[in-house]
Amino acid sequence: MSVTTGADGTKEVAPPLSDADVESLKAGDRVRITGVLYTARDAAHGRLLPLIERGESLPIDVRGQIIYYTGPSPARPGMIVGSIGPTTASRMDKYVPALLRLGLKATIGKGYRGQAVKDALRQHKGVYFGAIGGAGAVLSQFVKKLSVVAYDDLGTEAIRRLEVENFPAVVVNDCHGGDLYTDGMKAYAREDT
Amino acid sequence: MRDIHTSAIVDAVKKLCIDANLDLEPDMLRAFDRALTTERSPAGRHVLQTLKQNAEMARTQRIPYCQDTGFVVCFVELGQDVHITGDALDAAINEGVRQGYTEGYLRASIVRSPFDRVNTGDNTPAVIHVDVVPGATLKLMLMAKGGGCENRSKYRMLTPAEGTPGVKDWILDCVSTAGPDACPPLILGVGVGGTFEKAALLSKKALFRELGSPNPEPAIDALERELLARANRLGIGPQGYGGDTTAFGIHILTYPCHITSLPVAVTIECHAHRHKEVTL
Repeated sequence: MSVTTGADGTKEVAPPLSDADVESLKAGDRVRITGVLYTARDAAHGRLLPLIERGESLPIDVRGQIIYYTGPSPARPGMIVGSIGPTTASRMDKYVPALLRLGLKATIGKGYRGQAVKDALRQHKGVYFGAIGGAGAVLSQFVKKLSVVAYDDLGTEAIRRLEVENFPAVVVNDCHGGDLYTDGMKAYAREDT
Repeated sequence: MRDIHTSAIVDAVKKLCIDANLDLEPDMLRAFDRALTTERSPAGRHVLQTLKQNAEMARTQRIPYCQDTGFVVCFVELGQDVHITGDALDAAINEGVRQGYTEGYLRASIVRSPFDRVNTGDNTPAVIHVDVVPGATLKLMLMAKGGGCENRSKYRMLTPAEGTPGVKDWILDCVSTAGPDACPPLILGVGVGGTFEKAALLSKKALFRELGSPNPEPAIDALERELLARANRLGIGPQGYGGDTTAFGIHILTYPCHITSLPVAVTIECHAHRHKEVTL
């Protein structure tokens, strides 16, 4: 099992993830991720999609893996990375079903996902994590190693391989149809708005 | 007539870019503390506490508050008794941005064309708005504007018949549709009146008012307070995880408008509200 529950109730997630791992995660669960994350955002996804459509191999093997939607700021000398918080996930919605079909198991970002993504998460057993948007300085401390694995010419938008320890996130959309944004808003919305 | 050399403008802009991204203004830090006294949601409180910690780390470890170090939007108030010497004003501002983003380890987030989308590599150019005002000083008001929240900004032309209730409902609708995408707690800059472009410009400029300060016009201040209270009853909360703090502030600027028109523009700003100003 790559998902276990820590003493404080937080779920420990260690990719690669299986269908059973994904099924054990529920919307609202706090998680700590330890292991490899791949970064990719708009431009990198724009290059991956034609490869998928032509049936060619990708520069990363996505099976069981987690993609983190982020474009870090440059590292100061002696540091591993600069600021590294999540970007808005919905811009990558159009790429998600194809990547899940190839075996990708999770994405990390912030903000709403479209219905097609939610359907694909159910169909292919995938999960969408939220990280705290705009907390890029705090999140940088969980990154222990970083290397560019593809599309270096894209600068901040290159695909990077991160090794993270106890990277904090929360399950926003699970593979059972659960949605933290809907549940959270319902719990705190007050009448007479 | 007073001479200001553009080298002073380059240096000032460079410093504003770096400081904006590393040192959140005190009005933002106070907003986190105020929200922590009212926020009921544990997830929301956790987010607010993390953001406070984030601001502290940015300041002490010189890591930008957010990896999206923004599009530089610079409002210039140029005294009509100032004579700028040296380079062109726009070139000086852009040189300041170039130096600030390169030397400050800030992210280059600007592409040279919306069509070919090649990164300029140094975060230039800035978006520059110049107002000529009385006096012999030059004021630079700079914002590092994040893309995620900017993408949720909106404009709508209402009819006079829709009136104030229509304006209120539409502004709240902007908060709802922005939701977690725009990194709440949000700040809304709202421009009401003028023309299409005037309303949009006012919506940006409105964001420079100190957060938590009253609107100088009492009727507009009451409107802002009502809208903020209603926005915070939507339940979206910090990061959209559910809670009472969906917005930190709603700032409105108005301008006279045509008898047929009721233009409203809303600039959505995230909690990474990075703004600095200096007067030369």
